[in-house]
Amino acid sequence: MILALIGFTLRAMVPITMTAVGEVIGETAGLFNIGLEGILLVSAFAGALGAAAVGPIGGLAIGMGVGALISLLFAVVSTYWKGTQMVAGIGINLLAIGFVEFGMIRFSSNAGAFSIPEQSQLFRFITPFGLLSPVIIIAVVLPFIIYWALKRTRVGLILKAAGEAPEAADVSGINVNVVRLLAATVGGALAGLGGAYMSVAWFGFVTKGMSAGRGFIALATVVFSGLNPILALAGGLLFGFFRSLGLWVDTIPGFPIPAEFLQMLPYVVTLLVVSGAIGRVRFPKALGTPYKRE
Amino acid sequence: MTESQETTSRLLRGVHRTLTGLHPAFESVLAAIVGLLMGALVMWLWGYDPIVAYKSMLLGAFANKWGLADSGAIAAPLVLTALTFSICLRAGMFNIGAEGQLIMGGLATVSVGFFALPPGLHHIVALTFAMIAGGLWSIGPALLKLTRGVHEVISTIMFNWIAHFLSIFLIGTLLINSLSADQTIAVPASAIFSKLVRGTDLTYAIFVAIAFALIVYFVLWHTAIGYEVRAAGLNPSAARYGGIRTKRTMFLAFLLGGLSAGLGATMILMGSSSTHAMYRLHGQLRNIGFDGMAVAMVGRNHPIGILFSAMFFGGLSAGGRLMQLSSSPVPVQMVRLVMGVIVFTMAVPELAKIFPSIKEQTVTLGQGLKRLVTSSRGRRST
Repeated sequence: MILALIGFTLRAMVPITMTAVGEVIGETAGLFNIGLEGILLVSAFAGALGAAAVGPIGGLAIGMGVGALISLLFAVVSTYWKGTQMVAGIGINLLAIGFVEFGMIRFSSNAGAFSIPEQSQLFRFITPFGLLSPVIIIAVVLPFIIYWALKRTRVGLILKAAGEAPEAADVSGINVNVVRLLAATVGGALAGLGGAYMSVAWFGFVTKGMSAGRGFIALATVVFSGLNPILALAGGLLFGFFRSLGLWVDTIPGFPIPAEFLQMLPYVVTLLVVSGAIGRVRFPKALGTPYKRE
Repeated sequence: MTESQETTSRLLRGVHRTLTGLHPAFESVLAAIVGLLMGALVMWLWGYDPIVAYKSMLLGAFANKWGLADSGAIAAPLVLTALTFSICLRAGMFNIGAEGQLIMGGLATVSVGFFALPPGLHHIVALTFAMIAGGLWSIGPALLKLTRGVHEVISTIMFNWIAHFLSIFLIGTLLINSLSADQTIAVPASAIFSKLVRGTDLTYAIFVAIAFALIVYFVLWHTAIGYEVRAAGLNPSAARYGGIRTKRTMFLAFLLGGLSAGLGATMILMGSSSTHAMYRLHGQLRNIGFDGMAVAMVGRNHPIGILFSAMFFGGLSAGGRLMQLSSSPVPVQMVRLVMGVIVFTMAVPELAKIFPSIKEQTVTLGQGLKRLVTSSRGRRST
């Protein structure tokens, strides 16, 4: 039973961790994207369609590509066009709901869900914890690589400069807008992988409510992590655990708490963790503001 | 200076003021056009005929009194959820919690089915219940923001999901309809608004939405506290320096927004809905809070603008149902896609800059008018 709970947690951790790590990259460079929820949803859908057409690896790649593309568009609006990032993010979320609802009707005989055939889903390892996708390994290793890249490499410094002191970065010859575009694209690709993972390597189907607030939980994870990718992994595990706990406890017959209250757990825990974490963390100075040359 | 000259100069000044005042509206229209064009592109890519589809949509929504009435019925709740977003935006916050507050308002609305009251009084009790429930649900994120500094984008979304699961629980237990288990008890006939146009969904409920929008306008633009709310939103540190208690204004904005969203549920449950009950997954209320944000932005976060933009989006949805039945049967879900593109486009400030020729023309027109105005003013002074 405990082993199954660990397996649940690992599977549920992936989309939140991937999205959060992607957003850490974007926020380090100064972009605040609340459209993550929409990116997760669209890439889950695109990944499912891709997997059904060209196989699981292709599906994941298509999901990544779609995530990167949406995020790139967001970045163009928020850098070159000096757009309001909050509004653009809300736009992405609405667009995603509309696009997936529309596409679902177009591509699936069933308006509620699009199932991926068994042979088009990504293979899973059989472990004592249940079936585990190889993507989980990426989600565990990646935060450490990104941590190293942000803290120890020149690329990390450039990203930080673009987020903390865009004027200084500009003076030292860094093209702030290009740096932000690239950061957003990489971050969007990671969120896209997280989304495609949900449909191609976890559930095996996609519904229009699939993202279920995970994009916003990832945003909360970023807040709680203070832009540290390793803490984002810890956050992903924490929220994955509470989501799984609800599902797991629900399988115990005669458990006194109604299922609906257990399903609330990840959201309640998010609120508690974030309200405890604020004040301790600080964010890049230029976060959320477009860089204008004087 | 002759009388006619003076009249001309006054008129010209009026035109100039109107045109500059219309600038934001112009941007909204431009965004709407971009959204509709993107929609057309998607339709075309998917093998539909966008012209036939849009024609049936627009004719169905705005060409006759039944279409207008159905558009108005869809617009009514959107006005209220849009106000939730706009009030908070004016106070400097992004409240995306209308969805959850609407659900709580809905639960409170159907709960009036537990007791009998004379019509009129029953209406007032139901409206009050809904507002109180929406208001109470907005206090959580407000307090988290003011005491712990939790960003409202995160807290309101979490409250939406908690409301979602709470409502599933309450609909299945406390509020359950003993005759059909997939829905709640219904709002009784003594608390339902009667039809305004026979054969459509439009009821007298829409006047509640319009009245609320006008009240919000009055409070925000013609009272001292409304001035404080807006001042704190524009520049919190300056407002604090000027003696405005910004925590109080933020709290009030959240609360007022919550009342509005809660009231939004009554537009459906006491008005346009055919069953006047909530379903297990509250399908009738789904996404109205989020669509309200699009309405708010296109309405430029002004209550009067919101009335117009809600009518526009209401028309798209009402007409969208007819579009599904046309010879180019585009699914009605297309509307939300168009909505998303419009909001995304609205994020770009001074949209006109991206279309240089349009911008140049407006600028030349504006400058020309300004010259005319100043020259007529100059003549008067001599």
